[in-house]
Amino acid sequence: MLELSDIQHFLLTRTPALAARYEFLTFRQPSAGRQWLAGVIDKVGTGKSVGAASPDSRWVTVAFTWNGLEALGLEEASLATFPEEFRQGMAARAETIGTTGANHPDYWVGELASPALHAIVILFARDVAERERCKQEHGLYLSGIRGVDVISTLDLEAIPPFGCAHEHFGYRDRLSQFAIEGTDEQAQPGSGPPVKAGEFFLGYLDESGSQPPLPQPELLARNGSYLAYLRIEEHVGKFRDFLRQQSDTSEGQELIAAKLMGRWRSGAPLVLAPQRDDPALGADMQRTNDFNYRTMDPYGYSCPIGSHIRRMNPRDTAENIERRKMIRRGGTYGPPLPEDTAEDGVERGIAAFIGCASLVRQFEFAMNVWINDPTFKGLGNERDPFVGTQDGTFDMTIPKRPIRRKIVGLPAFTTIRGGAYFFLPGIRALRFLAGSR
Amino acid sequence: MTKDDWGRPQAMAIPKEGYFTLEKGRYGPTYPRTPACHGFTLIAKIKPGTEEEIRNYGKRLEKALEGSPDVLAPLQLHYLRWVLFDIGSDKYFMYQGIFDTDFDKYTEDAIALFAQTGINTIFEKLEGFPDDWKTNAPAFIKFVREHQCPSFLEYGEYPYVTAVEIKKALRLKQAFSDMLDQMQ
Repeated sequence: MLELSDIQHFLLTRTPALAARYEFLTFRQPSAGRQWLAGVIDKVGTGKSVGAASPDSRWVTVAFTWNGLEALGLEEASLATFPEEFRQGMAARAETIGTTGANHPDYWVGELASPALHAIVILFARDVAERERCKQEHGLYLSGIRGVDVISTLDLEAIPPFGCAHEHFGYRDRLSQFAIEGTDEQAQPGSGPPVKAGEFFLGYLDESGSQPPLPQPELLARNGSYLAYLRIEEHVGKFRDFLRQQSDTSEGQELIAAKLMGRWRSGAPLVLAPQRDDPALGADMQRTNDFNYRTMDPYGYSCPIGSHIRRMNPRDTAENIERRKMIRRGGTYGPPLPEDTAEDGVERGIAAFIGCASLVRQFEFAMNVWINDPTFKGLGNERDPFVGTQDGTFDMTIPKRPIRRKIVGLPAFTTIRGGAYFFLPGIRALRFLAGSR
Repeated sequence: MTKDDWGRPQAMAIPKEGYFTLEKGRYGPTYPRTPACHGFTLIAKIKPGTEEEIRNYGKRLEKALEGSPDVLAPLQLHYLRWVLFDIGSDKYFMYQGIFDTDFDKYTEDAIALFAQTGINTIFEKLEGFPDDWKTNAPAFIKFVREHQCPSFLEYGEYPYVTAVEIKKALRLKQAFSDMLDQMQ
């Protein structure tokens, strides 16, 4: 059984938040870091205290970089037991995960590539007013502790209309939801059988049928997870210009937008709605994921092999897919760009967390192979059209009878503005880290 | 001359490190695609007295392939060559594979497949192979990388052609041949 009262709620529950704030912290002295942590543990929600029907109006999550664990005074013998990719941090893994060119850590904002980044506090709030209240409260708390500084922050808000989550390009989001074994979550049709908890939480059996070695001491590792953070700017004006260049009609533009994503902007999947959009299908959680590729669309005539959703979840066309599942959390930041408004130069995008038990096997695999490998699934020169590192030299093939359509020199619709690896400890582990040594 | 020039035989001399420029994969340097595709050559000493078991495993894999010919498909192989040979009084095992993927990218999938088909039972007979390989993929990968001997020359009579392309070409030939037969 999962120890729900010890696991932070973050990866277990999607909370009804419409606003959020991420604060990135540095600890000038170990004792100050521990003092700060000791005072916030009680505000951190657990898998037990935060359910889908959570009555709270704000939800707090705390996580640390490897440098942050060191800055809290964790001893060398323990620090050395964490996996290499986490010890190195995301910036040092740039070449491996493909964040090169304009996505390189040299250009990252908010000190995210700096070794001074030690911790993140993630605040999700029901609305902007509650977010502002919590922001003030945390600011006040921090002002009483010498030696813990905020090095950068990011405010997030959902984009109206608020009926369903979507991002700045206009695609409906949060459509795919698999279930974790040992929780009450119900798997959607098409999302596969429940995944073993050890794929996301340390100290449990994973899909290999065993329990991988844990960082030490076990008390620190158990019920923890790793988070990969990515701040992805979306160039909305550029994206809309591109669609207009591809087709004179709005139907044609919507089809291109759907081919890049693998779903219509309504969320309806191309495998089930290849010709035209079907918003009712997109909104129906019982149907919108209920498809495969191997038998329903083997050559990608409906959903291109290189489309975003087919790369990020190749379903029945990848080996060991159950060992590559990840939990995604996060939201949108920046103001929406109104339709028919030219690019205004304001940064807007998605700031997301990918939760898993092994950064190298899950997150880095997705970045290295699914997103940035130009030869993915026999393609010749393509990367993920939305999150791949694009510089105008890669293509996008749209299979079509009798002759395929090939978009040569796809522009970059996004820029990765920052990222980091965090360890998301369980509650007992937070107490252990806050304790004096 | 381009990589697409399959009609023109090519050779590639490879530096001692096994690569020209250091490109970091998830588990270490990645090795280049050569005119003879991707591949590796693992050489390791076997534990004394295990030679017969290793040889017998060859027969087992032959049978397994008869039963399910697609069992190794995920490795995107062209060829496998397993060799046992002596150095002094010690017996060594060489596992040479030629395939179409960058090994670093699909390394966990390969390990899962090794476990599924029992190929790991051979690895278990090798000296220095980690006892906890089932739960410790990074240790398995470290062993493989430590025993990989990069080529210093690779040659392709039909360079850079993938197994998928070869099979496609042969299928086309078959289809044309069938069509011509039908037209008689």
